[in-house]
Amino acid sequence: MVNLKINNIPVTCPEGSTILEAARLAHIEIPTLCFLKNVACVGSCRMCLVEATGARGLVAACVYPVSEGMEVHTNTPKCRKSRKVTLELLLSKHKKKCLSCERAGNCELQRLSVEYNADEDRFEGANPSFPIDDCNPSVVRDNEKCINCMRCVAACKKQHVGAIGPIGRGFNVHIGSAGGMTLAESSCVGCGQCIVACPVGALTIKSDEAKVQAALEDPAKKVVFFTAPSVRATLGEAFGLPVGTNVEGKMVAAIRRLGDCEVFNMDVTADLTIMEEAHELLDRIQNGGTLPMFTSCCPGWVRFIEQHHPDMIPHLSTCKSPQEMFGGLLKSYYCETHGIDPKDLFVVSVIPCTAKKYECARPEMGGEVNAALTTRELAHMIKTAAIKFCDLPDEAFDDPFATCSGGGTIFGATGGVMEAALRVAAKKLDGKFEVVDFPEVRGTSPIKEATYSVGGKRVRVAVASGLENAETVIQAIKSGEKQYDFVEIMACPGGCVNGGGQPSLPDSIRNSVELRDERAKALYTSDKKNTLRRSDESPVMEVLYRDYFGSPNSHKAHEVLHTSYKPNPRV
Amino acid sequence: MKQSEAGCAGCETLGTPEQQAKLHAVIDSSKATPGCLMHILQEAQGIYGYLPMSVQKVIALELGISLSEVYGVVTFYSQFSLTPKGKHRISVCLGTACYVKGSDKILAEIEKELGIKSGECTADGLFSIDTCRCVGACGLAPVMMIGEEVYGRLTPDKVKGILDSYKQEEQNA
Repeated sequence: MVNLKINNIPVTCPEGSTILEAARLAHIEIPTLCFLKNVACVGSCRMCLVEATGARGLVAACVYPVSEGMEVHTNTPKCRKSRKVTLELLLSKHKKKCLSCERAGNCELQRLSVEYNADEDRFEGANPSFPIDDCNPSVVRDNEKCINCMRCVAACKKQHVGAIGPIGRGFNVHIGSAGGMTLAESSCVGCGQCIVACPVGALTIKSDEAKVQAALEDPAKKVVFFTAPSVRATLGEAFGLPVGTNVEGKMVAAIRRLGDCEVFNMDVTADLTIMEEAHELLDRIQNGGTLPMFTSCCPGWVRFIEQHHPDMIPHLSTCKSPQEMFGGLLKSYYCETHGIDPKDLFVVSVIPCTAKKYECARPEMGGEVNAALTTRELAHMIKTAAIKFCDLPDEAFDDPFATCSGGGTIFGATGGVMEAALRVAAKKLDGKFEVVDFPEVRGTSPIKEATYSVGGKRVRVAVASGLENAETVIQAIKSGEKQYDFVEIMACPGGCVNGGGQPSLPDSIRNSVELRDERAKALYTSDKKNTLRRSDESPVMEVLYRDYFGSPNSHKAHEVLHTSYKPNPRV
Repeated sequence: MKQSEAGCAGCETLGTPEQQAKLHAVIDSSKATPGCLMHILQEAQGIYGYLPMSVQKVIALELGISLSEVYGVVTFYSQFSLTPKGKHRISVCLGTACYVKGSDKILAEIEKELGIKSGECTADGLFSIDTCRCVGACGLAPVMMIGEEVYGRLTPDKVKGILDSYKQEEQNA
């Protein structure tokens, strides 16, 4: 341990800690811009400069290591002046369209500029012009708002995608893809981790709000919404509620107040995915199919496989994701049973994920989901409609897609799909198997492994979240180092609760709260409270299989609920 | 924003079999060394005369790094070129001594004579123009180099004759 003083307050911290880490232990805030815990740490923005004994000049707290007896001062006139000039230089080349910026009020550059009284007009930069890149279905980039902090580049590299990097030199430095490719042509998988990493409004979600609003106002359209498991665990953050608050009832009430629509629960098709996927797994295990089987509900992960490991495509489950299963189910079963022409039904999914927008547009999905709104877009629509979210009553989802099992709910967290599938598969292999909790696959560790023996079969499983960890698992499988039967991958670290479409929280919160754990807790609590834990216990599943699909993996089920993938190699 | 043409950069060829063999030899002999990217890029530019996207892709794949990382390095250093160079590379010095002696006018004259701008290459592949900072011949300012040949004490009216001598040489060959 190392002893030092920060602003005359004694601090003891582990050897090798940075000044920033030590300061956070002592609850002393040092402003940062390019630093983002677990993602980016390069010391380039110079916001965190502090005075430290033994150092020449000011040092960057995010990278400078502590030493015994060191005295650090974080709030001297020299520090404040330096930060103010740094901000003014950043502002000299920043497109200051702050009033209409999506990040207004939630922009880290704006907040710091106010705190340090930075004058946005003090310097005039060279301001080269860069076109807005909105070709990608998930992400929009406006480089004139970019401050070159490189957090997006670090986030993309950490995802083992590396679609973007700094290009050029001096005033011309900008972030983009090689050879002037648009993001749509690059190896971007649409996960949106770059968007949540961005401190300013340079990266935003490609909005579908206008499309949804137009459908709500079109009398010829019947609009149905369905909301993904994790949205209820995060939407409250956009309205100032604590991280991890489950706002399911208010979310349903708010959507109903946007216009004439039905609101369904996507946990239902999460259950349906589990029914199909668990039976597909059993079929592969019992009949010598391709193993390990990979989950396929994450479109970022599917795209990663198609681009980087096309030889592994046969390992992907043929099940559509819950979003696309819902699209298929609504445009077939629901329309047939309710006498609706599928072209008059406008289907809106509310999802935590930017890659889901790309998934809707995949030709093999047949355009069954008309628009995908992220949590952030839904929050914005609720605000535009002047709905007082926190004062809303709790309302229930609409039938016939309201009731779900706890297995469907935990889909939104890493390990959740695996656990839900294990619940069903284990019961199917051994009728007396009653265990529904599989703690080995829970939690936010990057890679989790477990082996279960059920009904005379040994099932070896692995769960990874974050594409960097997915890559590690794939390499271990390819080299023969590891053998698994079933592997769950979610592209975003921590799973959908930490998706690219979730509310943006400033790094001051992200650096102190374990977002993924807190958000996931809301889902596991809901699962625990549910009297139905296994997907096959859900009465909705009973009706769907009795009246429509016959049995899991039936011909009809394959028609509506399954798909195929194809290689799409990119560098 | 318009779709770029770089999306189909993979269609570009990797040059002659000899060039490909040389490129792979350079990569294979250096890829175990940390920080080998700069060296490989310099060698690759020596082999191809510039760094086409197809070559950058091969380097990225072989080193197990992203194309955007390679491209970032290529666009950072002025020594690397993304466009082909001519058989005869013209380099006009814009260093202090040459500049005060009017090398900007020399550059303008060459650009006018060849119909291309600095950084570009003529359609017939004969000439490309670049600028540089000091070739160590300030006493002869203003100076330009064509290939390894230094031309000093230039005036705009001398430019045409010099360029014509290269064109003539090409016709005689």
